[in-house]
Order: sequence, then C-alpha cells, then structure tokens
Amino acid sequence: MYFAIAAVLVALPFAVDAALGRTWVRIIDVALLFAMLALGLNIVVGYAGLLDLGYIAFFAVGAYAYALLASPQFGLHWPFFAILPLSALIAAFFGVILGAPTLRLRGDYLAIVTLGFGEIIRIFLNNLNRPYNVTNGPQGITLIDPLQVGGASLAKTHTIAGLTIAPVHSYYFVFLTCALISMFMSRRLEDSRIGRAWVAIREDELAAAAMGINTRDVKLLAFAMGATFGGVAGALFASFQGFISPESFTLLDSIMVLCMVVLGGMGNVAGVVLGAVLLTALPEALRYAGPLQQSWLGAVYIDPSDLRMLLFGAALVLMMLFRPAGLWPSSIRRRELAAPREPGGAEGADVAR
Amino acid sequence: MDIFLQQIINGLVLGSIYALVALGYTMVYGILGLINFAHGDIVMVGALVALTVVSALGGSGLPPAVVLLAAMGAAMIVCIALGVTIERVAYRPLRRAPRLAPLITAIGVSILVQYSAALVWGKQYISLPTLITPSEVAVAGAVFTDIQGYIFLLACGIMAALLLFIKKSRIGRAMRATEQNPDIAGLMGVDTNRIIAFTFLVGSAIGAIAGVMVVLYYGLGHYFMGFMLGLKAFTAAVLGGIGNVAGAMLGGLLLGIIESLASGYIGDLTGGVLGSNYRDIFAFLVLIGVLVLRPAGLMGQQVSERA
Repeated sequence: MYFAIAAVLVALPFAVDAALGRTWVRIIDVALLFAMLALGLNIVVGYAGLLDLGYIAFFAVGAYAYALLASPQFGLHWPFFAILPLSALIAAFFGVILGAPTLRLRGDYLAIVTLGFGEIIRIFLNNLNRPYNVTNGPQGITLIDPLQVGGASLAKTHTIAGLTIAPVHSYYFVFLTCALISMFMSRRLEDSRIGRAWVAIREDELAAAAMGINTRDVKLLAFAMGATFGGVAGALFASFQGFISPESFTLLDSIMVLCMVVLGGMGNVAGVVLGAVLLTALPEALRYAGPLQQSWLGAVYIDPSDLRMLLFGAALVLMMLFRPAGLWPSSIRRRELAAPREPGGAEGADVAR
Repeated sequence: MDIFLQQIINGLVLGSIYALVALGYTMVYGILGLINFAHGDIVMVGALVALTVVSALGGSGLPPAVVLLAAMGAAMIVCIALGVTIERVAYRPLRRAPRLAPLITAIGVSILVQYSAALVWGKQYISLPTLITPSEVAVAGAVFTDIQGYIFLLACGIMAALLLFIKKSRIGRAMRATEQNPDIAGLMGVDTNRIIAFTFLVGSAIGAIAGVMVVLYYGLGHYFMGFMLGLKAFTAAVLGGIGNVAGAMLGGLLLGIIESLASGYIGDLTGGVLGSNYRDIFAFLVLIGVLVLRPAGLMGQQVSERA
C-alpha cells in the first residue's frame, strides 16, 4: 500500500509533464508549498483555535530572509542549508513577538490584530528601500540563488538514466519531502501533549488553565510553530521563484491560505492538504474560463482572476452555512460543530453570543 | 502653528467620516458580537453608486445640490438593500454557531461584495466630475474648503440624531434591550430579528452617506477603497469602545486627528527616515495599542472574555 503510494508520488511529475505539460508540474510544486503553509496555519487556527489573518507575514519573513542572504542584493550567497534553519528561526521569532501582544485577546479581536501585523510587515517591506535600501521596495529582490543540493544546482536540467529532470521536477521532490515532513510533524504534534493542550485551549481556555496548562507558553508555541512552517515554505518559495516582491504577501494571500484550511477541514491534516491542492489547482483551471466565455458567449464577461475571487468569497460563505467543518473534517471538529444545533445540547446554552 | 491647526482641521473632517463608518461596526458588534467585515465594502458600494449617479446627472443642467441629494438617495437605497440582504442570507443562519463561523462568513461576504463591484464598475479609479467648485475658508492661517465644512457639520448632525434616536425612541429602546440580552428582549416582546435587521439598515444607510462624503472628499472611488476605510473605522470603533455609539464618534474623530498629525509630522520627527507613506500604519498601531492596553476602549465598559 505504502509502496504503491510512493510509486505514484515519484511518477506523478513525469506523468503530469507528459499528459498536461510542464506548467502543471509547476502548479503541483506551488500546491505543495501551499500545503506546507496551510499546515502551518492549521496549527494556529485548527489546533489552537487562534484565528490568524496575517499568516502570510511569516511566509514573507522566510522568503525575505532567504532572498537577502542569497542574492546580489547584499552580495551574500550563503548556502541553502545554512539559511533554511535560520529563516525558520527568524520566522519563529517573529511568531513570538507578534503573538505576545495578542495573548490576552480572543476571537475577532485577535483576527483583526493579526491582520494589522500582516499589513504592517507588508508596508515595511514596501518602504524599506530608503534611506537604506534593505528590501528594494516595491521592485522586490531578483536573481535569488536557486537551491543547491550536494553541488548540483536545481535550476539546471539534469539527465539521469535517460530521464530528463527539469528544475520543476527537482523542486517537486524537494517540496514533496518538505510537505511530507510537515504532514508527519503535524500528525505527531496533534497527538502529543502539546497538541492536546492546544485543542484544550481552543475548546475552553479557562478550563485548560485550570487543568494546569500554561496557556501563555502553549499559545506562543502555537504561533512559533505555525510561523516556522511558514518561514520554511517562504525560503523554499524564494529559491523556487528566484524573485520576490511585497506583492506576493498581501492580505488576500493570507485569506487564501485560510480558505485552504477552512475548505479542507480545520484541524485535519489530510483535509488541509486537500484544501491546499484544490485551491491551487482551481485558479489555474479557471484560466480556461476566459477562452471558454469567448467561444460560448462571444466575449469575456468575467475576468478569470476576478472569477476566482468571487468563487473564493462564495465558497467561504457557503461552506460556513452548509458544511462548517470542511470537506474532510476531523472527527472532533465535526461533533463540535454539530452539537449546538440540538436543543438542550451541552454547548447550545453558552454559544449564543 | 498654522500647520498644526491645519492638520487638526483635516483630521476632524476625515475623522468625522471615519466616525460615521465606525457607527455601522459598533452597532452590529453591540448587538451580534460580530465584526461585520463587509461594512467597509458597503460604504464602497455607496460611494460608487453616488459616483455613477453624479456622472449620469452631471450634464443635465440640474442644480448641484439636487444632483448630490439624488446621489445620496440612490446610494442609501442600494446600501440598505445590500446590508439587509447580507444580514438575512449570510449572518442570520449562523447566529448560534461557534464564533469562528460568522467571522469567516463575513470575510467571504466582503470578498464577494468587492469583486462584484469590480465586475460592475471595473477595477480602475473612477473620478468625480466637477460638480461644485469649492470655495476656501481661511481661519487663523489654516485653510479648509466649504465642502469639508459641510461634511463635518452633516456628520455631526447625523451622529446627534442617532444618539437621540437610540436614547428616546421606542425602536431605540428595543435596540438597547436586544444589545443587553437578545433572549430576554425576545421574552419582553421585542421582535429581535426585526431589530437586528433594522440595525443593519441604519448602519448601511449611514455608511452610504459616509461613502458619498468620501467621494466628495477625495474625488475618487475604487472597488478596493472599502478595505482600508473599513479597517480604520473599525479601529475607531475599538478606540472608542466597541458597542458604544458615542464612543465610535469620539474614536473616529480622535483617529482622524492622530492620523493626520502623525503623517504630517513623522517626516520631521524622524529626520526623513520615515515618510508619510507610512500613514496607514498609524491606524494599526493605535488599534494594537488600544487592544493590548485597554481592550474596552475609551468609553467602553470592562467586559470580561467577550472579546
């Protein structure tokens, strides 16, 4: 069984390349990156129940950490394996300093404050090109070094045993490894002492504190852990793209990652990965919507990128109304969201507000 | 000194618009405990409807005041319809769901409204045709236009009327009862569903007027303008104490003044290191500061665990 899955995963990029073209291999790569991001956000939102609307900031921090240390911007070209843990650390650090002031807040207020932090980081990235040019402002940073594994650059096409391995294929395997590690870590965290403490805080913070959980440390740990995932994904993203700018880290991107978590199923690793893959592939599939409108209706009425956003918005609303636990919910979440509907249910009484 | 006074005047005018938008947030939060993310976008729709009406009637030879009133009326009708529909379709079914659900729905509604507006009006900036040439008024070295003066006065008038309405009228009393406890209010014969719908109606109508004011103030409209405006207005509501109507007004005016003073002086204070392109940061800093130091806001009561 596992062997079969492994064989499919190894063959996937080559099969997709042959069937649909190299663009779609690239889309799979991006989907894997977003799966990592969504898994990170899932720790904060799904496990610990802290709604973070500025999560993309950690992705940005990781990406900029990599870009500044491995590009002509400062003339630094550190090796990848030195920067990766460093950008994870920096992102975790940001997770803690942004998380610390929000510890006393809950629910909606937390959402707004994290949104504010996300915007503040983006505004700084946009404006830190003077008086000293750190981030190169809105132009972003170009010519970022590609990944190097054992002296072989992933930006070059290699041929191994008659098989052509293009950069998108090599990156696929790197991202797949990272995504699998993330999934494994998420699963292990979920069943650990810490993971249960997170769930306890999500369910009832007061009761969790009464049970001896240090809510402050455990919440900070959720922020730091989530941010670490984001930071690593950001560093990988920077090396993959070779170019980053503040444009890639807007509120809409935060919301998109949130959509992945919500749509897939908050708190469930498999669901979150499903959400990430669906929401990365969907916009790409919608590219065909433009020509389709042209041929069926005679003109392009709805720009595909707008259509994507409209569908996102509608999906968020409809999911919450009809299937609040997500497409592939975790069993706990499903019970919890079903409970208040029953008259006289244990939770029904105190969730009115 | 005159720069200082100038910034205060600018801040007051801008702040009165923030205050009007903040009213929509604070009333809904007071009753439902929900941040209506879509409120900023309702204001945006009001602004764009007004722009369309002014562009359509601008060349018809009608007196400017009539055109403006027509624009305001149209904006109010569209916004009320939109606001009440959103409440009915998206928020009412979730009233007893866990907190995260309505919040995520609100974000979804906000995106829907934004991109529907992008479909209707396009994504470019729409500018206001010259309707009235503003005349300038000088006070002690500071200058403001008569339009700014009218905006400020109208905003103050609306706020006073709303306060009076909530305090004195029967519906206002029902609104306050629903805010305190919807279940008990229902037992006392208040039709809470109607009161909640009415709250959205009032908030959207006031939002529409604020939208028209934004158009008059900046002379521009854009499908994404509701986002920043909404965030700032929400900040104003939090600053004043969310759920508190008078607090939203105070918070709006204060935030307007803070923002224009800060962006006016930041360049001088930091020796040119930080410029006025950081102006949007101040609202966030105020928001974070208030939430961390005094979550109940300036005029709010200390409520535990509500946030």
